[in-house]
Amino acid sequence: MLKAGIIGLGKMGLSHAAIVAPHKDVDLAAVCDTSSLMLEGFKKFTGVKVYDDYRKMIDSEKLDFVIIATPTKFHFPMVKYALQKGIHTFCEKPFSLTVREGEELVSLAEKNNLVNQVGYHNHFIGTFRELKRLINVGILGDLVHFAGEAYGPVVIKPKGGTWRSDPGEGGGCLFDYASHVINLIQEIIGRPVSAAGAQLKKIYSKDVEDAVYSVLKLETGLTGILSVNWSDETYRKMSTSITVIGKKGKIICDATELKIYLKEEDPREKLDRGWTTKYITDLAIPVEFYLRGEEYSAQIDNFVRHVVENKQTEINTFRQALETDRVMGIIIAESKR
Amino acid sequence: MDKVLFGDNQFFAVNHLSDEKSREQAIRFKDDSAIIRVLDQAIEVGINTFMCTTHDRIANICDHMRANPDKYRDFKIYPGMPYAHKYANAVTELGILGTIKQYVPGNIFGTFAKGGMAYLNKDFLKLMEIFIDAEMKMFKGINTPVIFIQNVIVDMILGLRAYDAFKAYDEYIRKKYHAEPGYITMNMPALLDALNSIGIENPIICSSINKIGFRMSGGKEIYEKYLREKEFRPIAMQVLAAGALRPKEAIEYLGNFPKIESVLFGASSRGHISETKELIEKYL
Repeated sequence: MLKAGIIGLGKMGLSHAAIVAPHKDVDLAAVCDTSSLMLEGFKKFTGVKVYDDYRKMIDSEKLDFVIIATPTKFHFPMVKYALQKGIHTFCEKPFSLTVREGEELVSLAEKNNLVNQVGYHNHFIGTFRELKRLINVGILGDLVHFAGEAYGPVVIKPKGGTWRSDPGEGGGCLFDYASHVINLIQEIIGRPVSAAGAQLKKIYSKDVEDAVYSVLKLETGLTGILSVNWSDETYRKMSTSITVIGKKGKIICDATELKIYLKEEDPREKLDRGWTTKYITDLAIPVEFYLRGEEYSAQIDNFVRHVVENKQTEINTFRQALETDRVMGIIIAESKR
Repeated sequence: MDKVLFGDNQFFAVNHLSDEKSREQAIRFKDDSAIIRVLDQAIEVGINTFMCTTHDRIANICDHMRANPDKYRDFKIYPGMPYAHKYANAVTELGILGTIKQYVPGNIFGTFAKGGMAYLNKDFLKLMEIFIDAEMKMFKGINTPVIFIQNVIVDMILGLRAYDAFKAYDEYIRKKYHAEPGYITMNMPALLDALNSIGIENPIICSSINKIGFRMSGGKEIYEKYLREKEFRPIAMQVLAAGALRPKEAIEYLGNFPKIESVLFGASSRGHISETKELIEKYL
């Protein structure tokens, strides 16, 4: 049994706690938060030990791994502390506020040979996995364009005043929503190295952007667009999609389906000429416990398995998440030009 | 419980297979009258139970039902609370405490208000009761014999092993609403074990049950074992596995488990409604 701790009991921290606690290989030993209401609730209903200081929790609990799900600005000191104490670390996205801090954490994790993973959970959705596989086998031929999009109804009227409305704390649409899309583009299509134009637009928020629009150039030379808006109430919840166009066809992929158009049939992949749709029902990753989506359990399963085997994960490492931070830096710089 | 329960996903653009389809539904059911028309069609083919979330727009449907008591005399609603996305989107912006503050009725800082007191005293069960009452307000005067908690909340409580919350919910629904508590879950076997462990026997549990094992966590085999061997009152949902199965084979499969009391499904056309209803009555 691995001993686990969770720092930060917000939406993601609570969700991780509910997934980690019933996991067959894990004992959720302790949680940490600054809200006395949360801690009181945890103590009363779950019997899990509570702390209001993460250092104390790490020092006294002999944890095998920790999940850090606090606001982004706290990631650096918390992840660093855990890594210095030799604890495998799962950190929520986005990874760090500055590339310099991110680099320090990456090298610390790699030097100490600790399993490290970031919560870009879309990579555990079957449709996006299948998209990556199909692109890797070259089904679309030479790529000519891509579009990464995400829309949802987070800020749909004027207000402000939460940690998310402070641009210095990673609270806007870029860090929260667009980071997911950038990470998908980076891992599925290729690494963005520059931006040919970027707009960070305020719609309802006073201090942070509610939408991100940019033209991204990948290291392969391919260009495509990023279009993300969290003030779009025509969506019931966050909806992310990736469209890839190649000389042999096109794929439109979201969390529920993969629509493939091929100019000619592909017998190896058993795909017809014209449109074929693949559904999540055939592609979902099976899980033992489900909360809000298979991907949340599957990413924890992946992390736990690697901790058990003491082996580095290939998906969502700190290093990969740092690349996404870098791209966000490029977009911010470009938007100010 | 009736064998056939009519669901509401189609009215609120919930489609587990296609975001595009979701948008079509949102356009089609823009006006409440479009929802009411489909509900009336369901009633015409003999369906008398509507199982729905506590979406804001359900309040309008309830108003319509109260305004036409004769027409809806035998009609029952099984509410499922809360409409999770209302809170989930708020939590992304405001955090958990901010969301509680926003949704607890009355001014949270007014210590004389019921909600304010409960919040300050960290009286969680009182807070839960206040939330339930707020969600149930729209159903006043409507027959709600079974009241469900939605799977996000059920599975969160289940995962955290905060089983006392189930107990409190169970007691409150019986006492205050004289109704049967129900549970929607994506983890049916684990939930039944948990409920049994705190003395809740023979509970109503609504979970995905389908031939291809979609959203049946832990695998189809353990679900089938529980459906054959354990004592509870199962409602099958996602029986078409979000559209991956044809209605006939999907419902025929349910016929293997006589314990299943009801099937929850949603449809938007009279033809689909009556076809599915007939299949359920034939095989169940």
